Amino acid sequence: MGSFTVTQERAECFYDCFERKAELQHQTHYCPGCGHGIVHKLLAQAIDELGIQDRTILISPVGCSVFAYYYFDVGNIQSAHGRAPAVATAVKRSRPESIVVSYQGDGDLAAIGTAEIVHAANRGEPITVIFVNNGIYGMTGGQMAPTTPLGKKSTTSPFGRNQWTEGFPVHVCELLNSLEAPVFIERVGLGTNKQIMNAAKVIKRAVENQVHGLGFSFVEVLSPCPTIWKLNPVEAQRFVRDEMAKTFGIANLRDHTKEAAMRPAAVPPPAIEEIPRILGLVNGHAEAPPTGRPDRALNLHIKVAGFGGQGVLLLGEVLAEAGLEAGYEVSWLPSYGPEMRSGTSNCHVRLSSDPIDSPMVSRPNVLLALNEPSLRKFLPAVEAGGIVLYNGEAFPEDCARRDVRGMALPFSHLADGMGESKAGNIIMLGALLEATGLLEEEQVIGALRRLVKSQRWFELDLKALECGREEVRKQPFPMAEDYLWGV
Amino acid sequence: MQAQLTKGNEAIVKAAVLAGCRAYYGYPITPASEIAEAAALYLPQVGGVFLQAESETASINMLYGGAAAGVRCMTASSGPGISLMQEGLSYIAGAELPCVVADIMRGGPGLGNIAPEQSDYNQIVKGGGHGCYHTLVLAPGSAQEMADFTTWAFDLADQYRNPVVVLADGYTGQMMEPVRFADPIAVPPPPEWAVRGTAQTRPNLVTSIFLEPDLLEKHIRKLEAKYHEAERREARAECWRTEDAEIVLVGYGIMGRVLKAVVGLARAQGIKVGLLRPLTLYPFPTAKLRELSRDARAFLVAELSTGQLLDDVRLTLEGRRPIEFFSRVGGNVPSAEEVLAFLVHTFASSLESQEVLVHG
Ligand SMILES: Cc1ncc(C[n+]2csc(CCOP(=O)(O)OP(=O)(O)O)c2C)c(N)n1
Ligand code: SF4
Ligand SMILES: [Mg+2]
Repeated sequence: MGSFTVTQERAECFYDCFERKAELQHQTHYCPGCGHGIVHKLLAQAIDELGIQDRTILISPVGCSVFAYYYFDVGNIQSAHGRAPAVATAVKRSRPESIVVSYQGDGDLAAIGTAEIVHAANRGEPITVIFVNNGIYGMTGGQMAPTTPLGKKSTTSPFGRNQWTEGFPVHVCELLNSLEAPVFIERVGLGTNKQIMNAAKVIKRAVENQVHGLGFSFVEVLSPCPTIWKLNPVEAQRFVRDEMAKTFGIANLRDHTKEAAMRPAAVPPPAIEEIPRILGLVNGHAEAPPTGRPDRALNLHIKVAGFGGQGVLLLGEVLAEAGLEAGYEVSWLPSYGPEMRSGTSNCHVRLSSDPIDSPMVSRPNVLLALNEPSLRKFLPAVEAGGIVLYNGEAFPEDCARRDVRGMALPFSHLADGMGESKAGNIIMLGALLEATGLLEEEQVIGALRRLVKSQRWFELDLKALECGREEVRKQPFPMAEDYLWGV
Repeated sequence: MQAQLTKGNEAIVKAAVLAGCRAYYGYPITPASEIAEAAALYLPQVGGVFLQAESETASINMLYGGAAAGVRCMTASSGPGISLMQEGLSYIAGAELPCVVADIMRGGPGLGNIAPEQSDYNQIVKGGGHGCYHTLVLAPGSAQEMADFTTWAFDLADQYRNPVVVLADGYTGQMMEPVRFADPIAVPPPPEWAVRGTAQTRPNLVTSIFLEPDLLEKHIRKLEAKYHEAERREARAECWRTEDAEIVLVGYGIMGRVLKAVVGLARAQGIKVGLLRPLTLYPFPTAKLRELSRDARAFLVAELSTGQLLDDVRLTLEGRRPIEFFSRVGGNVPSAEEVLAFLVHTFASSLESQEVLVHG
């Protein structure tokens, strides 16, 4: 394992025999002089010294260290290329007592996995990241890494890394140091025995921080890859000492371990019986479910349409909610997305005595049109004999049908009169209820109580309902009950 | 529990929490965002984890981590986000980790739009990631099924140690219907293979790498056997008025609902039509479909794509019966009347002559 091995004895948390390897089970798969071998020993030593072997979960990357689980006798999870910090995040979040070490190479962390490391660091995930920077893609045979020093040749930078086409080596520690959350960031090297001894200390601290419940700790290890660089182990070590260390600099960039705030303790989970209440499943509905169907058969296909902000969706929802309370089958389907943003809004509501086949309303038998464009758009589709309520003084001359039962009332103006122009939707609802006898008053009020969160609005809506009823009582419309019931 | 008017997307989260899901990792996207929003509201209150990830790539890999740690966990997304998850899904299937993904489909390709489509079928049902794997795919068509199939998905995921996708469309996610939720269950004990950072679980390893060809082949054969078992045991479909049907409509999700209305309209005109609505898309309800082909004279597949479900119906029927195809895309959902008109037009001559023409 190279000439500068620091640990002579096998660490406790290494397996005695590497049974997960297919062959040569007493030596690692790393090349002689490879930095991974050294970092493995330093990490194993730290785990031993901290007495955390049982608690440790090692997340291995894609790269030459993909097989870290051959060696570490700890819980092991092998992850996709670059995603170890995301995997580590989830493990730590769900198992906060575990010690999670994310181990990555420079292609893995500083190229394909850039987003994952930056965001894990930015969230201050209380994990330890060991970043082995050997300036090259080792596993795939020597392609350029984001950390390859300028001028260095690789199989994909055959003329040497050129700043104009490949950019400069990425300094990950400096990048992460621009974030608030990390607690500990240090770059170490394996270029001399002294550097290695320091690396041992720093790696241990980065793990220890986690044992103490501190936040995100990051160690970058400038590391030799003799095989790809075509150097012998001694030359490779010299390369780290001279070139890599010069390119990146060996230093502690951040140590906030003293002042780091302690994370708030997790709130204990509630009793299982509490969960329905938390999910809002225990609500104001009558305790007993409606017994059977209401006496009167109903098959309503309602279309509510208007401008966004007119309460189109709420009007539909009140009908569905009250219909449910009345014992009908109901569905509510909104237009959504850009359609809403462009200013119009509509929803499909079904109330039926029988199970509802399609929640889509293509041939409405009730159209509630809160503006003229909606009336023009949907009126032609209304079933003969259907009911149409229109928010206006009168139906436009060129837009009327003799075969439907229409009612035009200036609902928005009536709402203005109440001092709240947005209540027009509920005034229209009041008019519909009064004219058709659809649904009981308490069912509608119950629905409003559940759906309208503000008390002021709830009271306004009660007034609006009454206002709508009042208007219809003043001048009865020709939409006797006989139509709705039985359609 | 009392039925409650619930949005399909919210029903997924509530059912997940009731089924012991305690971690949600996700990235916002319309029309699936209510799932993340509801998860953000509820999971922290039940001692679970909610995390808005930096991307869907990260979300799915967080699922990999959460599932590896033995937690029931889920994510949700739509088209573009699901595309980003494919590599992760392959890893999750390869490492045999249970988790649940909800895909609330929107219009594609590319940014497409956010209106409903069913064009993620291929990338989900056929496995958009690399390698010989499957996700198990459930296809809810109502808010109630959004809840029930989520519960079912967690059970299947654990049983098969495999990712399970709840594949719905924008309409099924956005619509509200009454939902009766199941009673909450206690968080299931972590599976023994999970890596939890304890002495007992120290020997455990979660990985999808098998360097030796023989070992990888053995692993793939094991997965294959598992999928075969799922094919034998889990395929489900709803048959609606198919007993005497001469024409069988085939569609899932919101199209399944529209087709139900078509059945009613067609029968009112005296045309004997029934519906087969797949509830599982993988495994595909092959046996049921073939059974219907004994008596039905023709099939009409209707979907919000240019023919993804259609391929599976063709593979299943192997030319036994003629298959017609009705398609709307781009976010357009046809009315029942529109499909009926197509049906009447397409089968007009054969309905008269009592003979079905073989098209295409
Ligand atoms: C998505 C994906 N792209 C590419 C690869 C191929 N690949 C495997 S390892 C690797 C580079 C690893 O380099 P590095 O992280 O520096 O690790 P090293 O081997 O140098 O330790 C690449 C590109 C892969 N496995 N997955
Ligand atoms: S190729 Fe390089 S990084 Fe990979 S094992 Fe060999 S020396 Fe180590
Ligand atoms: Mg490297």
